[in-house]
Amino acid sequence: MKLDAKIPSGPLKEKWEKYIADSKLVNPTNKRKYDIIVVGSGLAGGSAAATLAELGYRVKCICFHDSPRRAHSIAAQGGVNAAKNYQNDGDSVYRLFYDTVKGGDFRSREANVYRLAQVSSNIIDQCAAQGVPFAREYGGLLANRSFGGAQVSRTFYARGQTGQQLLLGAYSALSRQIGLGTVEMLPYTEMLDLVVVDGHAKGIITRNLVTGEIDRHAADAVVLATGGYGNVFNLSTYARNSNATAIWRAHKRGACFANPCYTQIHPTCIPVSGEYQSKLTLMSESLRNDGRIWVPKKVGDKRAPGDIPEDERDYYLERKYPSFGNLAPRDISSRAAKQVCDEGRGVGETGLGVYLDFEDAISRLGESVIRERYGNLFDIYKEITNENAYEVPMRIYPAVHYTMGGLWVDYGLMSNLPGLFVLGEANFSDHGANRLGASALMQGLADGYFVLPNTINNYLAGQLGNRPSTDHASFDEVEDEVKETINHFLNNKGKRSVSSFHKELGNLMWTYCGMGRTKEGLTKALELIPQLREEFWKNVNIPGEEGEWNQSLEKAGRVADFMELGELLCRDALTREESCGGHFREEHQTGDGEALRHDDEFASVFAWEYQGKGKTPLLNKESLEYENIQMATRNYK
Amino acid sequence: MKVKIKVWRQKNQESKGGFKVYDSPELNSNMSFLEMLDVINEDLTDQGEEPIAFDHDCREGICGTCSLVIDGKPHGPHQGVATCQTYMRSFEDGDIITVEPFRADPFPIIKDLVVNRKPFDKIIQAGGFVTVRTGSAPDANAIPISKEVADTAMDAAACIGCGACVAACKNASAMLFVGAKVSQLNGLPQGQAEKDNRVLNMVAAMDEAGFGNCTNQYECSAVCPKLITHDFISQLNRDFVAATVRKSFKSKPSTAKL
Ligand code: FES
Repeated sequence: MKLDAKIPSGPLKEKWEKYIADSKLVNPTNKRKYDIIVVGSGLAGGSAAATLAELGYRVKCICFHDSPRRAHSIAAQGGVNAAKNYQNDGDSVYRLFYDTVKGGDFRSREANVYRLAQVSSNIIDQCAAQGVPFAREYGGLLANRSFGGAQVSRTFYARGQTGQQLLLGAYSALSRQIGLGTVEMLPYTEMLDLVVVDGHAKGIITRNLVTGEIDRHAADAVVLATGGYGNVFNLSTYARNSNATAIWRAHKRGACFANPCYTQIHPTCIPVSGEYQSKLTLMSESLRNDGRIWVPKKVGDKRAPGDIPEDERDYYLERKYPSFGNLAPRDISSRAAKQVCDEGRGVGETGLGVYLDFEDAISRLGESVIRERYGNLFDIYKEITNENAYEVPMRIYPAVHYTMGGLWVDYGLMSNLPGLFVLGEANFSDHGANRLGASALMQGLADGYFVLPNTINNYLAGQLGNRPSTDHASFDEVEDEVKETINHFLNNKGKRSVSSFHKELGNLMWTYCGMGRTKEGLTKALELIPQLREEFWKNVNIPGEEGEWNQSLEKAGRVADFMELGELLCRDALTREESCGGHFREEHQTGDGEALRHDDEFASVFAWEYQGKGKTPLLNKESLEYENIQMATRNYK
Repeated sequence: MKVKIKVWRQKNQESKGGFKVYDSPELNSNMSFLEMLDVINEDLTDQGEEPIAFDHDCREGICGTCSLVIDGKPHGPHQGVATCQTYMRSFEDGDIITVEPFRADPFPIIKDLVVNRKPFDKIIQAGGFVTVRTGSAPDANAIPISKEVADTAMDAAACIGCGACVAACKNASAMLFVGAKVSQLNGLPQGQAEKDNRVLNMVAAMDEAGFGNCTNQYECSAVCPKLITHDFISQLNRDFVAATVRKSFKSKPSTAKL
C-alpha cells in the first residue's frame, strides 16, 4: 500500500495555514446533515466532540465509563507545554518543534510536529477562558515550570492535577453541547467493532455495558480517540480499564497500525511491591525539577539512605548528562535506572528502585515551598508506600506509561481507511519514538480542539448522502461476528480467569519487550504469545451472563485484543533493527550504552497492515523526510 | 493477614439485594483495598461464582470512578482519600469488613456495588461551564487573576465527582458537589457573565434529579476524598440568593441555556 501523508507543500511555517486555506468547506446549513461518531471522551475525544458540535455537526459521543469525565487523561499530573514564551527565556514555536522532534529521536513527521507547536498557544488561551485554574504568579499572570527534555520553562500546570483540570475543561465544553442537544452522549457504551462500507468507515457496533445490548450506529465519519495500548503490559500507569479494542478492531478492518513498538517507560513511578499488584502509580516528572536521583556507588549497599555519605552516592544522571542532569528525557532516564539496577546498585527490598531525593531542595527552599509545589504527590507517595518523602528519599522505578505508536494517520489525522479519523494517544503521529513530558495533553487537545475540526470537512465535503442505513449488509456481518465472540466467551467454561491470562501476557511483554529488547528475546516472545493466545481461547472462564453488567466479559474482549496486539508489538520491535527513543535493541547501542539509530535504513514509519487471522501482517513504510532539521545523534550531555 | 468481607450483592437494579460473607485468602498489608477485592474475585471466578461487581478505573484517586461504603463510611476509614487509595494496613487480621454501595435515591444500583451517578452529569450540563467557543479565547495572560483567587478556584475544582458527599448525607444532598463547581467558576473573572444563570440552572437541575437539601451536618466534606470544604456550600447559598434577587428585578427571566 502506498501511504500518502498528504503533507501540504511549501515552507514549514506556512503549511498549516495553506492547508486550511486550500480546504474544502461544508456550508453551515449542510453541517447538520452530517453525523459524526466520536469514540472516547478524554482530552482528544471530549474536545473534538464539543468543537464539532459547536461547528454545527450532529455528534454522537460514546464512552465506556459512567461519565465522560472519567477518561484517563484525568490522571496526567505534571502539565501542558506551550510555546508562549511568557518567561522570556528564549522559547519559540521553532524551539518547541525542535525539542519535540529531537525528543522523539527523529522518528516523527516534521510538518505534524510544527503544527502542534503552532497551535500550542491557542490551547492555553482556550483552557484559561474555560476557567481552568492554572497556577499563577503573585502578579496574576500564568506560572510555568520546566519539564524533561527542555531547557526552557514552557509547562503550564494546575498543581499536580493538570490533566484533571484540562479534562474537566473539555468535559464542561462537551457538557454544554450535550445540554444544548447537539451532542448525543452514550456513556456505559463500548465500541466493539468498526463497520466499513465500500472501503469507507461508516459505523460502529457497540455493547451497552449495563444491559448487554448490542447496537448499530451509522455515521458519515468515525473518530477514534480511545487512548493508548500500554495495558498490553498489564502492569502500567494506565487506568485498569484502558484498552486497545477500538483501535485494534479498526486495524483488523483495514487501518494500518504504525510503530507499535514505540512504548514509553516512565522513569519516575513507585516500584512494584508484590504479585497482587494491579497498577503502578506515576510520580510526576515535575518532581525532577527539585529532586535528585541517585543510587549507592557500591554494589549491594544495604545501608539506609541517610547513612550513605555524600561521596558514596552516585547521582548518575547528573554525572552522565551534566547539561540536562535530572531532567534528561524519559527514555534516557529510564534506561539509566535500569542500568544501575542491573549492576546491583538498585535500592529497596527488590533492588529494583533508585532514590529521588529532596533533601537538598528542602534545605535550599524550605519544606513549605516543596509542600506547596508537590504536596499532593508526596501525599500519594505516603499513602502507597507508608513512607514520608520529606524525611526519606522516594524510591522510584520505570514503568509503562504511554504508547507513541498507534493507528497510522495522514496530516489531516485520517487513517488509510477513508472516513476513519484517529486522535490523541490512539494515533501515532507526533511523538516519534519518545514523547517529552507535558506533550500528551498538548497533543490531545491540539488534535481535538484545533486540528480535526479543520481537517474533517475535507473528507465530509464529498460525502453528503453517503451515510448507509444500519440495515446495510456490512452491519449484519460485523454484528454477527461480535455476537459470536461474546457467545464463545460465555459458553467456553474453561478453567482460568481472564485476569490470569492478562497477567501472564503482561509478564511476557515486560520480560521480552520491555526496556531492553533483543532479537533472541523477541523471537521467543513471538513463539510464546500465540501459544498463550490459543490457551486463552480454549481455557478462559467467564462467569455471568450476556444481558447484564459483566466485567469479566468486558475484560475478556480487551485481553483477546491485547493478545494479538502484543504479538504485533514484538514483531515491530524485532523488525526495527536499531535503537531509537523508547525502543532499545540491546544489539544496537553506542560504546557508552546510548541508543544507536540507523537512519539509512530506518528513518521511516512502520505501518502494519492486517492480512487475516493467522497470517503475517504486511509491512508498509512511510519514509520520513527531514527538510528543516538535521537528524543528529541526540545529545543531552 | 486474612479478613472476612460482608458484601452487598444485588443482581440488577430491579432485584432485591442482600449481604454475603466471603473469606479472603492470605493478604499482604501493602495491598490496596481494591486489590483485596481482586483476589477474592479471582477465587470466586475459579469456584464458578460470579465475581463481585465494583467500579474502579484509575486506582490513584483522581477519576472518581471508585465508590463503596466501607464499614459505614464512604471511601473507607481514612480522611482525604478515595477507596482505591485505601490500603489493607488500615485493617486488622481477622476483621469483618462491611462493604456496601453508595446509597442514595438519585444513584440507582446497577449491580452489587456499582451505582449510576448520571445525575451529576445532568447538573453540569445545566450550567457547569463557561460559554466559550473553541478558538474565540483571548490571550491567556490578558486577564490577570490573583494567586489567591486562582488557588481557591483550584481548591474547588479538585472535586472528582465521585458522589461520596451524596452517599454520606442523610438527605442525599448534592450541595457540596454543586457548590464546588459554582464556586470555581463564579469566583473567576471568566465565569462572571453567566454567574447568575449558572447557579440558578444548576440548582434547578439538582432539585429535579431528586437530591435533597443541606441541613448543615457536613457529613459530605468529612468524607470527601479531596477534602473539599463546606464553605463552598455557603458560597453556593450566597450566589443563589443574590441571583434570585437580581432575577426578580428583571422584566423577563433569562432562558436557561445560552
Ligand atoms: S478508581 Fe479512580 S478515583 Fe478511585
